[in-house]
Amino acid sequence: MKFQATFCLSLLAILSTAIAQADEFEVGQKDKKFTEKKLTIKAGDKVKFTNEDPFFHNVFSLSDSKTFDLGSYPKGQSKTVTFDKPGKIDVECAIHPTMHMVIEVK
Amino acid sequence: MTSKSLYSKAALLLGSCIASFTLGSTTATADIVYKAGDPSLKPFILGEVPYPKGNKPTPARIKLGKKLFFDPRLSGDGNMSCATCHNPMLGWSDGLPTAKGHKSKVLGRASPVVTNAAYNPVQMWDGREPSIDSQATGPMKNPNEMHTDIPAMLAFINATPEYKKAFANAYPGEELTLDLVGKAIASFERTVISNDSPFDRWVKGDAKAMTKQQIRGFKLFMTPEKGNCALCHSGPNFTDSSFHNLGLASFGKKNPDLGRYKQRPLGIMKGAFKTPTIRDITLSAPYFHDGSAKTLMEVVDHYVKGGVVKTNLSPLMIKAKLNNQEQKDLVAFMEALTTEPKPFDLPILPLSH
Repeated sequence: MKFQATFCLSLLAILSTAIAQADEFEVGQKDKKFTEKKLTIKAGDKVKFTNEDPFFHNVFSLSDSKTFDLGSYPKGQSKTVTFDKPGKIDVECAIHPTMHMVIEVK
Repeated sequence: MTSKSLYSKAALLLGSCIASFTLGSTTATADIVYKAGDPSLKPFILGEVPYPKGNKPTPARIKLGKKLFFDPRLSGDGNMSCATCHNPMLGWSDGLPTAKGHKSKVLGRASPVVTNAAYNPVQMWDGREPSIDSQATGPMKNPNEMHTDIPAMLAFINATPEYKKAFANAYPGEELTLDLVGKAIASFERTVISNDSPFDRWVKGDAKAMTKQQIRGFKLFMTPEKGNCALCHSGPNFTDSSFHNLGLASFGKKNPDLGRYKQRPLGIMKGAFKTPTIRDITLSAPYFHDGSAKTLMEVVDHYVKGGVVKTNLSPLMIKAKLNNQEQKDLVAFMEALTTEPKPFDLPILPLSH
């Protein structure tokens, strides 16, 4: 019983530390470019992608360690992605192929 | 017949490059002053032609690439050159709705123009090639297009003394490979440039270069609430080199061409194709990737309707709000984007021994 309680408390402590340490970053899409060329984050961190251009963007990644498609959204809107696994992730815009950035998750 | 008279004098534009190129730049329409030579128009001046590391276009490379571009013996049947589909007499395209390939097989997409392709960061309607250097040999490898037997083609070049010497001069010390053939052809393609149209001269200060109607058309082209064309046909090469589903009727047919989706399997890319340049557009009808518009007025009409098939329509595709006169003005402006064609000499091709 005592062991179980200690284990639960330890788990809670680990989880709360992990939650407390998760950071959120913001990357804009402006003038058909990502505002960051490269971003280094740690597993569990979030990245908010905000469209700052007066037309639609469609942020996505087909990288093995994180695949996502945020769909297309207009100026002023944001969508957030949690990067849960370490790896190097290429992020692009489907509409504008020259828009590319790399997120390195440690 | 003199040797000179053997040269076909096809009309085309060959230009030299000018200053400050801003690729696919977005110019804030509110900042533009519609007056010849105004500094706000500088972003529309095409800059130097970009080229990749290791393939600076030299006279030897351009001359060699020009011969290869026009040589039908580079195809499987020895009867199709690059120029078969990218014909300088037809605006560097072929005048067909969609291309005809090996054994005249009708292909699915129109032949894109070579004009100013050197400025584009991605090539082909679906962007599957990153440069004209790699694109140049794509049709050779495609059994539906030039259907080239690559080892036989390289053997032919090696067995042709003039070609062998020309490669040694253009690319000293480099082994003859398919990639090198592509680099030489791309060097020639980097000379197929349109940058001296009435619009270019107007941008640089010649107030008489464009008519009042063409200037009105330019304004409609730029204005988001009217034509909104510059949203995608942006920057000095009038393309964002990006991918959009325009709602063409062909997308509503059974098993439609999915375009960019095959390269990037994302919902929004179904039926999306790369924005073409509209420089020299008057020389290369019909229009759209499926050749479905015979005239520029038909193209404008498509945008006024806001597309035909609404499934997966690009979110950037908004109905153009143009009355009849404004549509004519817009077409008049597009006509001002054609550089006056100049005579063009075809190369004499080397014989093999």
